[in-house]
Amino acid sequence: MEQHAEVLIGRTWPQRVPGWRDLIAIALVIAIVVLLGSGARQMIAPLVASRGATISLSPAALPNYALRTTLRMLAALLASLIFTFLYATPAAKSRRAETVLIPLLDVLQSVPVLGYLSFTVVFFVSLFPRSWLGPELAAIFAIFTAQAWNMTFSLYQSLITTPTDLIEASRSFRFSGWQRFWCLEVPFAMPGLIWNMMMSMSGGWFFVVASEAISVGAFQVALPGIGSYVALAIQQRSLAAIGWAIIAMTVAILIYDQLLFRPLVAWADKFRFEQTAAQVVPRSWVLDLFRQAPLMKFVTAPLGSGVQAAARARLALPRRPAWLVPLIPSRPIADVAWYGMAAALIAYATTRLVQFARPELTWADVKIATDNGLLTLARVVILIILATMVWVPIGVAVGLRPRVASKVQPVAQFLAAFPANLLFPVAVYVIVTFRLAPKIWLSPLMILGTQWYILFNVIAGASAFPGDLREAAASFRIRGWRWWREVMLPGIFPYYVTGAITASGGAWNASIVSEAVYWGSTRINGGGLGAYIAQMTEAGDYPRIALGIAVMSVFVISMNRLIWRPFYAFAERRTRLD
Amino acid sequence: MPSQNAERGLIERRSRAAPSGDRVLEMREVHKGFAKPSGEPLPVLADINLAIAEGEILGLLGRSGSGKSTLLRIAGGLIKPSSGTVLYRGKPLLEPAAGIAVVFQSFALFPWLTVEENVEAGLDAIGLAKAEARRRTQSAIELIGLDGFQSAYPRELSGGMRQRVGFARAMVVEPVLLLMDEPFSALDVLTAESLRTDFMDLWIERQLPTKSVLIVTHNIDEAVMMCDRILVLSSNPGRIAAEIPVPLAHPRDRQDSEFRRIVDEIYSILTSRTTESLSAGNHARGPFAHPLPLVTVNRLMGFIDTLAQAPYNGQAELAEIAEAFSLDVGALFAIAEALHMLEFAELKESAIKITAAGRLLTQSDTEERKRLFREHLLRFVPLAAHIHHVLSEREDHRAPRERFELELEDHLNPGDAEKSLLAAIGWGRYAELFEYDDDARIFALIGSNSESAL
Repeated sequence: MEQHAEVLIGRTWPQRVPGWRDLIAIALVIAIVVLLGSGARQMIAPLVASRGATISLSPAALPNYALRTTLRMLAALLASLIFTFLYATPAAKSRRAETVLIPLLDVLQSVPVLGYLSFTVVFFVSLFPRSWLGPELAAIFAIFTAQAWNMTFSLYQSLITTPTDLIEASRSFRFSGWQRFWCLEVPFAMPGLIWNMMMSMSGGWFFVVASEAISVGAFQVALPGIGSYVALAIQQRSLAAIGWAIIAMTVAILIYDQLLFRPLVAWADKFRFEQTAAQVVPRSWVLDLFRQAPLMKFVTAPLGSGVQAAARARLALPRRPAWLVPLIPSRPIADVAWYGMAAALIAYATTRLVQFARPELTWADVKIATDNGLLTLARVVILIILATMVWVPIGVAVGLRPRVASKVQPVAQFLAAFPANLLFPVAVYVIVTFRLAPKIWLSPLMILGTQWYILFNVIAGASAFPGDLREAAASFRIRGWRWWREVMLPGIFPYYVTGAITASGGAWNASIVSEAVYWGSTRINGGGLGAYIAQMTEAGDYPRIALGIAVMSVFVISMNRLIWRPFYAFAERRTRLD
Repeated sequence: MPSQNAERGLIERRSRAAPSGDRVLEMREVHKGFAKPSGEPLPVLADINLAIAEGEILGLLGRSGSGKSTLLRIAGGLIKPSSGTVLYRGKPLLEPAAGIAVVFQSFALFPWLTVEENVEAGLDAIGLAKAEARRRTQSAIELIGLDGFQSAYPRELSGGMRQRVGFARAMVVEPVLLLMDEPFSALDVLTAESLRTDFMDLWIERQLPTKSVLIVTHNIDEAVMMCDRILVLSSNPGRIAAEIPVPLAHPRDRQDSEFRRIVDEIYSILTSRTTESLSAGNHARGPFAHPLPLVTVNRLMGFIDTLAQAPYNGQAELAEIAEAFSLDVGALFAIAEALHMLEFAELKESAIKITAAGRLLTQSDTEERKRLFREHLLRFVPLAAHIHHVLSEREDHRAPRERFELELEDHLNPGDAEKSLLAAIGWGRYAELFEYDDDARIFALIGSNSESAL
């Protein structure tokens, strides 16, 4: 009945005549395709003999550089997404895989990004010796290592927390494994995954300089991109060029935020699991445009239903044939085989590592690295405390004022996405000019980029603080310090912990690029583990790079286990009312 | 069975034929146990033998912890029994079957799909042609009264409409057997009533493709309203305690004397089961064999105060008082059992009667109440007495929660162990018998222990 009515009223058919929305949408699509194509063509171009690439400091070159850099980041994001699905799915589905994959992921996550780069760049270059593709892949891989892990954790978390009743429903309707994965588990994981993709994209920017202007020992290559542009600007001490780079990057971030992430977030809102209506429904003009443009709808509809059909296809695995069943080893035997294999692999890797490090490293090296680690640890702790003292009161003040919060929150999120290392040259310029002590004044750079996570999580916590509790506190005239201690701080604590975990992890990672910095030929070294790793990378001293990375992993993992996890558990338990 | 059918035939005047006797689903000697931390099995269901005949609605009634939801999931092929066989249309049921659909208490709708897509999702596994799937979806939507809501997302709907989607999704696969797991208990009373009536109308008019229904509920009225036969499950482990035929014609009337008689009969079965297992637990299987009902002191006091006053004056029919307080079986029996355990009231057949101590309790002031409650707690609740004893014995009068948890889990399943401990904490705190610090997860004695003389 209904379809007929629609036709009679004339809604369905006349809509397919192209309208102004179609023109805009088509223009958008064509522009994106052309841009991506031209960027990609440059990537696979043959490598010019001289590896010191011709990076130009002219602002006119920047749009192309911004495109190349963004393209690399999107490629890395795609790779991260594929990795996420391939890694998190077995980790969540198989008990045996889980016991190996999840601790491994914990370690992978704690290894600083530069660590991967130094070990892999030669490999990638040797894969495609005559083409830009080698260095390009190395850079993409470096960005990938800054993006993939948190996405993988997010998908794994969602997969193991899929609501039981929905799993039972899908089982009772006899969904195949494939159908259940795409129709239940992936949709359920979608909001978290998209949020983490956005975080990853910001994380990737942070290492753009390091991954585009690759310099490991004697091997040096500069890929055309904003990162190399900034590296050259630092080398030539051009503050103006850095200003241009910041502008170009801001524009790039705004553009892909509008064209990619806003639409994704608005689209993924329907996957929110809460059954209540949202307070603020995320919107995106791009998504609205494509949804409302009649011709676009007509063109994309088959695509959409194709994807749906693929997700809903059964693709069930054939049943295990009966003759196979007795051949499948029993659970204890399979367990022994599996863990035996894992243990053997670990033992092999350890002996190889020892063989590799033994002739080069002494206990004195370990002590130097550990001392440097302690220095960096002290920096991270002090900076987190300082950032807390600054941003918690401000965040609460903002969060309790909904009007202000709605304006400040996007800015805080943008600042978190903004690669703070672009501001480093400015800071270094100041330190050099005023002859400040680098050991102290370089430290704030570590947290420059990640402090915003504390701010926007606190804002979120204060905004979500129950109104009746505030009113109760007011009616009992709880004020001053008591108000903070008994009312507000416990209320925002879980949010704060979430923000502080991200901020501290980010600070560790940032130490590599912020503890030792250049301004032209002036080199300022603040000491610490980050400076140690950076220094060894420059010297191409692989055993010591590995040592530095291992020490940092140990520090990061112990800090997570000993401080943040208990805090988090406490926050979960204590501040819940149900 | 044949004689029952004959009897039913006399009374019945509804259009649906009486159960023909063809068995849709059958369970033989089904047991289900979960492993205790120590490794030994903890029985949840034992000796389950049942058959669902074509044309009937079979009700499963029991208190929480009786394993009725587990039983329903076994019937749906979602859980495998530890031993025993399940036959669906004469063939062993090893996994969810095409002819069985489930309606969930929590609705279990996919929030990212519209009403129409949710209903159609039920057909995904069947692999119908698109047009056929559309047709069946549309007719299920019309049947269940969802027309006009096709493009709405579940979060836009009220609870009642959401459960209608749950029904339509189950109906679209044209199930032979429909399993309903407390389908109305997440809804308010009026909504539940309207949904139930609509469903029963469709059932009576034979507009549903379904041949048989198995419904789990803890609402006695609902069971008597809908079912042709009711199985009452006892707890720990769940066994079939009684089978009660409901030979009443549809539509049924709550005020009908026969209806009331069946309701009362069920109450007295549940009562005798409760008191039996209480005394059996105390004597045969040590102090922890019977879980404590998780009821707050406030509820106990509110209940007993009302019971002491007019119109009850110390004695009430359970059915009556359940309706007056709008309590479901689970909540009602938790309160009644707690009062019975503490000997402030006595459960007998389908009634509850206040004891002398209970009367004294209602007449006392706060301090005196606490003293009396403490006395009864120490004397009649072994777990509370045990905690108090351990704390008194210890040098520092403190003990970690884990100690008692481990002890309890040797006798009870983890859920019951947790609930028992929570109940003991609540009662012990009120009685000022001991205190409990949830941050440190430690029990401690309050002040001096001069009152442990009992």
